[in-house]
Amino acid sequence: MKIFIPTPLRQYAGKQDAVEVHASTVSDALTKLTSTHPDLKRHLYTDDGKLRAFVNLYLNDEDVRYLSEKENTRVKDGDHLSIIPSIAGGIDLLLFDGACNVRN
Amino acid sequence: MTVSRRAWHKMGVALQPQQSLLSKLMLRIVQFEYDAIRQHGEETYPHECCGVLLGRTDDHIRTVIRTVRCGNTRSDSPHNRYHIAPQELVHIQRQAREAGLEIVGFYHSHPDHPARWSQTDLVEAHWIGCSYVITSVERGQAKITNSFLLAGELEEDKRFENEAVSVAAEVATIANESTR
Repeated sequence: MKIFIPTPLRQYAGKQDAVEVHASTVSDALTKLTSTHPDLKRHLYTDDGKLRAFVNLYLNDEDVRYLSEKENTRVKDGDHLSIIPSIAGGIDLLLFDGACNVRN
Repeated sequence: MTVSRRAWHKMGVALQPQQSLLSKLMLRIVQFEYDAIRQHGEETYPHECCGVLLGRTDDHIRTVIRTVRCGNTRSDSPHNRYHIAPQELVHIQRQAREAGLEIVGFYHSHPDHPARWSQTDLVEAHWIGCSYVITSVERGQAKITNSFLLAGELEEDKRFENEAVSVAAEVATIANESTR
């Protein structure tokens, strides 16, 4: 199966945008990915080994969180696993003045 | 690379040229797409708009070839929050790959607030090495557009750095420069 790597993590995956692995489950695929590219591990997992909360995993077009077997879902050759960090933000009522030398 | 005083004036970011040349951080974007980002913010006002920047990264310069509008899923608080559905990002990442492009950044608007990143923007930003473009929209009119690079190595040391925005008139100009 193929694992698609988001832009920020490609530098830790040999500058590849996709990595091919042979795996039986989603979890197995991630283990094999991080075994081949160990620098990815600290970007995907917290110190206690949990997938970082902002990392979304999509098996083909399905959110892995909502699959009945979650990361134990079986995978087959031809499947695509996408790693997608979340995108969000917004205005604070009290603006953090951390960028004072830009135009307002 | 030489940047003329006039070009700096066009960039829309009031950084001192010397400061920005030292940092070398820059987002280059074609005029058509720059205008599209700002127009998107006006269309969704008083709500926040959001979208994805596709292009190429070369050293410290991100070149935007195409922008993709996204829906804001924060229907509970769209005037001061934005969120892009991950599934939409999966599709965009796939399309970008097929087109030989990559996701180089994101944009959103700040209705009736300055074009500065907020603490929420920083906490929720996770694409290190990508640009986050913010446009202030005052009373329905796009005002200032600024860009910030999410710098750092990990979540624990991430930070926003100001970067210049260089607007090119022609697609060909920006495409040719990005391959040099």
